[in-house]
Amino acid sequence: MWQTQFLSLGMFTGASQFALVGILGTGGGALVAVVTALLLGARNSLYALSLRSFVTTPRRPSIVRTMGQAQLTIDESTAMAIRYPQGSPQARHAFWATGIAIYVLWNLGTLIGALGAAALDDPRTLGLDAAVPAGFIALLWPRLRDRSTIALAVVSAAVAIALVPVLRPGLPVLSAVLVALVAERLMARRRA
Amino acid sequence: MIWPAVIVGSLGAYLLKLFGYVIPERVLDNPRLQRLTAILPIALLAALVGVQTFSTGSAVTIDARVAGLAAAIVALALRAPFLVVILVAAATAAVLRGAGLAL
Repeated sequence: MWQTQFLSLGMFTGASQFALVGILGTGGGALVAVVTALLLGARNSLYALSLRSFVTTPRRPSIVRTMGQAQLTIDESTAMAIRYPQGSPQARHAFWATGIAIYVLWNLGTLIGALGAAALDDPRTLGLDAAVPAGFIALLWPRLRDRSTIALAVVSAAVAIALVPVLRPGLPVLSAVLVALVAERLMARRRA
Repeated sequence: MIWPAVIVGSLGAYLLKLFGYVIPERVLDNPRLQRLTAILPIALLAALVGVQTFSTGSAVTIDARVAGLAAAIVALALRAPFLVVILVAAATAAVLRGAGLAL
Protein backbone atom coordinates (compact mmCIF):
# COMPACT_ATOMS: atom_id res chain seq x y z
CA MET A 1 0.00 0.00 0.00
CA TRP A 2 2.80 2.44 0.88
CA GLN A 3 4.53 1.51 -2.34
CA THR A 4 1.48 2.58 -4.33
CA GLN A 5 1.25 5.86 -2.45
CA PHE A 6 4.97 6.50 -2.84
CA LEU A 7 4.55 6.16 -6.63
CA SER A 8 1.83 8.81 -6.73
CA LEU A 9 3.84 11.18 -4.54
CA GLY A 10 7.21 10.55 -6.16
CA MET A 11 6.69 9.42 -9.73
CA PHE A 12 3.46 11.34 -10.41
CA THR A 13 3.01 10.44 -14.06
CA GLY A 14 0.10 8.06 -14.53
CA ALA A 15 1.14 5.98 -17.51
CA SER A 16 4.55 5.22 -15.97
CA GLN A 17 3.00 4.32 -12.61
CA PHE A 18 0.51 1.94 -14.23
CA ALA A 19 3.24 0.38 -16.35
CA LEU A 20 5.53 -0.19 -13.36
CA VAL A 21 2.80 -1.79 -11.29
CA GLY A 22 1.33 -3.71 -14.23
CA ILE A 23 4.65 -5.30 -15.15
CA LEU A 24 5.65 -6.08 -11.54
CA GLY A 25 2.16 -7.48 -10.90
CA THR A 26 2.31 -9.89 -13.83
CA GLY A 27 5.68 -11.36 -12.93
CA GLY A 28 7.96 -9.07 -14.94
CA GLY A 29 11.37 -8.19 -13.54
CA ALA A 30 12.04 -4.99 -11.61
CA LEU A 31 14.54 -3.77 -14.20
CA VAL A 32 12.13 -4.20 -17.12
CA ALA A 33 9.40 -2.48 -15.11
CA VAL A 34 11.61 0.52 -14.37
CA VAL A 35 12.87 0.80 -17.96
CA THR A 36 9.33 0.72 -19.37
CA ALA A 37 8.14 3.30 -16.84
CA LEU A 38 11.02 5.64 -17.66
CA LEU A 39 10.52 5.28 -21.42
CA LEU A 40 6.92 6.35 -20.87
CA GLY A 41 8.12 9.24 -18.71
CA ALA A 42 10.58 10.52 -21.31
CA ARG A 43 7.90 12.66 -22.93
CA ASN A 44 7.82 14.79 -19.78
CA SER A 45 11.31 16.04 -20.70
CA LEU A 46 9.92 17.45 -23.91
CA TYR A 47 6.93 18.93 -22.07
CA ALA A 48 9.36 20.64 -19.71
CA LEU A 49 11.31 21.97 -22.66
CA SER A 50 8.25 23.54 -24.28
CA LEU A 51 6.90 24.77 -20.94
CA ARG A 52 10.04 26.84 -20.36
CA SER A 53 8.81 29.62 -22.61
CA PHE A 54 5.22 29.36 -21.35
CA VAL A 55 5.55 29.15 -17.60
CA THR A 56 8.95 30.52 -16.68
CA THR A 57 9.17 34.18 -15.74
CA PRO A 58 11.78 36.42 -17.42
CA ARG A 59 13.54 36.72 -14.07
CA ARG A 60 15.96 33.94 -13.24
CA PRO A 61 13.74 31.30 -11.62
CA SER A 62 14.66 29.99 -8.17
CA ILE A 63 15.89 26.43 -7.86
CA VAL A 64 13.06 25.46 -5.52
CA ARG A 65 10.50 26.79 -7.96
CA THR A 66 12.01 24.92 -10.88
CA MET A 67 12.14 21.72 -8.84
CA GLY A 68 8.46 22.04 -7.94
CA GLN A 69 7.60 22.94 -11.50
CA ALA A 70 9.41 19.82 -12.70
CA GLN A 71 7.36 17.51 -10.51
CA LEU A 72 4.09 18.99 -11.78
CA THR A 73 5.13 18.63 -15.44
CA ILE A 74 2.65 16.10 -16.81
CA ASP A 75 0.23 15.70 -19.75
CA GLU A 76 -2.57 17.71 -18.16
CA SER A 77 -0.65 20.69 -16.79
CA THR A 78 1.22 21.03 -20.09
CA ALA A 79 -1.99 20.85 -22.12
CA MET A 80 -3.63 23.56 -20.01
CA ALA A 81 -0.64 25.91 -20.03
CA ILE A 82 0.10 25.86 -23.77
CA ARG A 83 -3.42 27.06 -24.58
CA TYR A 84 -2.38 30.53 -23.42
CA PRO A 85 0.22 32.93 -24.87
CA GLN A 86 3.86 32.18 -24.04
CA GLY A 87 5.05 33.77 -20.82
CA SER A 88 1.58 35.12 -19.97
CA PRO A 89 0.27 35.10 -16.39
CA GLN A 90 -2.65 32.94 -17.59
CA ALA A 91 -0.29 30.25 -18.85
CA ARG A 92 1.55 30.28 -15.51
CA HIS A 93 -1.65 30.12 -13.51
CA ALA A 94 -3.08 27.35 -15.70
CA PHE A 95 0.07 25.30 -15.20
CA TRP A 96 0.29 25.69 -11.42
CA ALA A 97 -3.45 25.38 -10.77
CA THR A 98 -3.82 22.27 -12.93
CA GLY A 99 -0.62 20.71 -11.62
CA ILE A 100 -1.39 21.27 -7.94
CA ALA A 101 -5.07 20.28 -8.23
CA ILE A 102 -4.21 17.04 -10.00
CA TYR A 103 -1.34 16.30 -7.61
CA VAL A 104 -3.65 16.55 -4.59
CA LEU A 105 -6.58 14.67 -6.14
CA TRP A 106 -4.35 12.01 -7.70
CA ASN A 107 -2.78 11.28 -4.33
CA LEU A 108 -6.11 11.26 -2.51
CA GLY A 109 -7.49 8.89 -5.13
CA THR A 110 -4.43 6.67 -4.74
CA LEU A 111 -4.86 6.54 -0.96
CA ILE A 112 -8.52 5.54 -1.25
CA GLY A 113 -7.68 2.94 -3.89
CA ALA A 114 -4.78 1.51 -1.91
CA LEU A 115 -6.87 1.23 1.27
CA GLY A 116 -9.71 -0.41 -0.69
CA ALA A 117 -7.43 -2.86 -2.49
CA ALA A 118 -5.78 -3.90 0.79
CA ALA A 119 -9.21 -5.12 1.95
CA LEU A 120 -9.74 -7.30 -1.14
CA ASP A 121 -9.30 -11.08 -1.36
CA ASP A 122 -9.13 -11.82 -5.06
CA PRO A 123 -8.98 -8.77 -7.32
CA ARG A 124 -10.17 -10.92 -10.23
CA THR A 125 -13.66 -11.31 -8.73
CA LEU A 126 -14.18 -7.56 -9.10
CA GLY A 127 -12.64 -7.58 -12.57
CA LEU A 128 -9.72 -5.44 -11.42
CA ASP A 129 -7.36 -7.28 -13.78
CA ALA A 130 -9.57 -5.96 -16.62
CA ALA A 131 -9.30 -2.44 -15.18
CA VAL A 132 -5.55 -2.40 -15.90
CA PRO A 133 -5.69 -2.66 -19.72
CA ALA A 134 -8.76 -0.38 -19.67
CA GLY A 135 -6.63 2.25 -17.93
CA PHE A 136 -3.91 1.91 -20.57
CA ILE A 137 -6.33 2.19 -23.47
CA ALA A 138 -7.97 5.23 -21.87
CA LEU A 139 -4.53 6.88 -21.76
CA LEU A 140 -3.84 5.77 -25.33
CA TRP A 141 -7.19 6.85 -26.82
CA PRO A 142 -6.66 10.64 -27.08
CA ARG A 143 -3.29 10.03 -28.76
CA LEU A 144 -4.83 8.07 -31.65
CA ARG A 145 -5.28 11.08 -33.90
CA ASP A 146 -4.95 9.67 -37.41
CA ARG A 147 -4.46 6.52 -39.43
CA SER A 148 -0.72 6.29 -38.87
CA THR A 149 -0.99 6.49 -35.05
CA ILE A 150 -3.75 3.84 -35.07
CA ALA A 151 -1.60 1.60 -37.28
CA LEU A 152 1.34 2.12 -34.94
CA ALA A 153 -0.80 1.15 -31.94
CA VAL A 154 -2.18 -1.99 -33.61
CA VAL A 155 1.25 -3.16 -34.78
CA SER A 156 2.84 -2.47 -31.38
CA ALA A 157 0.15 -4.45 -29.57
CA ALA A 158 0.33 -7.35 -32.06
CA VAL A 159 4.13 -7.60 -31.89
CA ALA A 160 4.10 -7.52 -28.10
CA ILE A 161 1.43 -10.25 -27.87
CA ALA A 162 3.29 -12.39 -30.40
CA LEU A 163 6.43 -12.20 -28.25
CA VAL A 164 4.66 -13.23 -25.01
CA PRO A 165 5.40 -16.97 -25.32
CA VAL A 166 9.00 -16.33 -26.35
CA LEU A 167 10.30 -13.71 -23.92
CA ARG A 168 10.30 -13.44 -20.15
CA PRO A 169 7.25 -11.63 -18.67
CA GLY A 170 7.58 -7.85 -18.97
CA LEU A 171 10.02 -7.91 -21.87
CA PRO A 172 7.45 -8.17 -24.73
CA VAL A 173 6.24 -4.63 -23.95
CA LEU A 174 9.70 -3.26 -24.69
CA SER A 175 9.41 -4.47 -28.30
CA ALA A 176 7.28 -1.33 -28.71
CA VAL A 177 10.49 0.71 -28.64
CA LEU A 178 11.71 -1.08 -31.78
CA VAL A 179 8.32 -0.64 -33.44
CA ALA A 180 8.40 3.08 -32.60
CA LEU A 181 11.94 3.41 -34.04
CA VAL A 182 10.83 1.82 -37.32
CA ALA A 183 7.67 3.97 -37.38
CA GLU A 184 9.71 7.14 -36.86
CA ARG A 185 11.89 6.28 -39.86
CA LEU A 186 8.81 5.59 -42.00
CA MET A 187 7.22 8.89 -40.97
CA ALA A 188 10.45 10.79 -41.69
CA ARG A 189 10.74 9.20 -45.13
CA ARG A 190 7.13 10.03 -46.01
CA ARG A 191 7.65 13.65 -45.00
CA ALA A 192 10.83 13.97 -47.06
CA MET B 1 12.42 -6.17 -5.41
CA ILE B 2 9.38 -3.88 -5.35
CA TRP B 3 10.70 -1.02 -3.21
CA PRO B 4 13.91 -0.60 -5.26
CA ALA B 5 11.83 -0.48 -8.46
CA VAL B 6 9.46 2.05 -6.90
CA ILE B 7 12.25 4.30 -5.65
CA VAL B 8 14.53 4.10 -8.69
CA GLY B 9 11.54 4.51 -11.01
CA SER B 10 10.26 7.57 -9.14
CA LEU B 11 13.67 9.20 -9.00
CA GLY B 12 14.26 8.53 -12.69
CA ALA B 13 10.84 9.89 -13.69
CA TYR B 14 11.50 13.06 -11.69
CA LEU B 15 14.97 13.55 -13.19
CA LEU B 16 13.48 13.21 -16.69
CA LYS B 17 11.09 16.06 -15.90
CA LEU B 18 13.83 18.23 -14.35
CA PHE B 19 16.13 17.44 -17.28
CA GLY B 20 13.86 19.35 -19.67
CA TYR B 21 14.21 22.52 -17.57
CA VAL B 22 17.93 22.52 -16.93
CA ILE B 23 19.66 21.30 -20.08
CA PRO B 24 20.51 23.67 -22.96
CA GLU B 25 17.54 23.82 -25.35
CA ARG B 26 19.40 22.62 -28.43
CA VAL B 27 20.09 19.17 -26.90
CA LEU B 28 16.42 18.20 -27.15
CA ASP B 29 15.81 20.40 -30.17
CA ASN B 30 16.21 17.56 -32.63
CA PRO B 31 13.26 16.74 -34.92
CA ARG B 32 14.03 13.03 -34.95
CA LEU B 33 14.17 12.82 -31.16
CA GLN B 34 10.98 14.87 -30.86
CA ARG B 35 9.09 12.65 -33.28
CA LEU B 36 10.29 9.58 -31.41
CA THR B 37 9.31 10.95 -28.00
CA ALA B 38 5.89 11.80 -29.40
CA ILE B 39 5.17 8.32 -30.76
CA LEU B 40 6.92 6.24 -28.09
CA PRO B 41 4.03 6.52 -25.58
CA ILE B 42 1.58 5.36 -28.27
CA ALA B 43 3.62 2.25 -29.04
CA LEU B 44 4.30 1.44 -25.37
CA LEU B 45 0.72 2.00 -24.19
CA ALA B 46 -0.63 -0.12 -27.06
CA ALA B 47 1.81 -2.91 -26.23
CA LEU B 48 0.75 -2.73 -22.58
CA VAL B 49 -2.92 -2.95 -23.58
CA GLY B 50 -2.17 -6.01 -25.71
CA VAL B 51 -0.05 -7.86 -23.18
CA GLN B 52 -2.19 -7.03 -20.14
CA THR B 53 -5.35 -8.17 -21.97
CA PHE B 54 -4.19 -11.24 -23.86
CA SER B 55 -1.60 -12.90 -21.67
CA THR B 56 -1.13 -14.65 -18.36
CA GLY B 57 2.52 -15.18 -17.51
CA SER B 58 4.09 -16.59 -20.67
CA ALA B 59 0.86 -17.84 -22.22
CA VAL B 60 -1.36 -16.01 -24.69
CA THR B 61 -4.88 -16.26 -23.22
CA ILE B 62 -8.40 -15.07 -23.88
CA ASP B 63 -10.57 -14.45 -20.83
CA ALA B 64 -12.99 -11.93 -19.34
CA ARG B 65 -10.40 -9.16 -19.75
CA VAL B 66 -11.05 -9.17 -23.53
CA ALA B 67 -14.72 -8.38 -22.90
CA GLY B 68 -13.63 -5.73 -20.40
CA LEU B 69 -11.40 -4.13 -23.03
CA ALA B 70 -14.20 -4.18 -25.61
CA ALA B 71 -16.50 -2.48 -23.11
CA ALA B 72 -13.79 0.10 -22.37
CA ILE B 73 -13.45 0.89 -26.10
CA VAL B 74 -17.22 1.38 -26.39
CA ALA B 75 -17.14 3.68 -23.34
CA LEU B 76 -14.25 5.68 -24.86
CA ALA B 77 -16.08 5.99 -28.18
CA LEU B 78 -19.01 7.44 -26.20
CA ARG B 79 -16.57 9.94 -24.65
CA ALA B 80 -16.92 8.55 -21.14
CA PRO B 81 -14.48 9.97 -18.56
CA PHE B 82 -11.41 7.98 -17.46
CA LEU B 83 -12.88 6.60 -14.25
CA VAL B 84 -16.11 5.47 -15.95
CA VAL B 85 -14.09 3.64 -18.64
CA ILE B 86 -12.22 1.71 -15.98
CA LEU B 87 -15.33 0.91 -13.94
CA VAL B 88 -17.19 -0.29 -17.05
CA ALA B 89 -14.31 -2.61 -17.98
CA ALA B 90 -14.00 -4.03 -14.46
CA ALA B 91 -17.76 -4.48 -14.07
CA THR B 92 -18.04 -6.24 -17.44
CA ALA B 93 -15.32 -8.73 -16.52
CA ALA B 94 -16.74 -9.22 -13.01
CA VAL B 95 -20.29 -9.88 -14.27
CA LEU B 96 -19.11 -12.36 -16.93
CA ARG B 97 -17.05 -14.22 -14.32
CA GLY B 98 -19.86 -14.12 -11.79
CA ALA B 99 -22.26 -15.60 -14.35
CA GLY B 100 -19.72 -18.29 -15.22
CA LEU B 101 -19.55 -17.11 -18.84
CA ALA B 102 -15.82 -16.40 -18.89
CA LEU B 103 -12.64 -17.23 -17.02
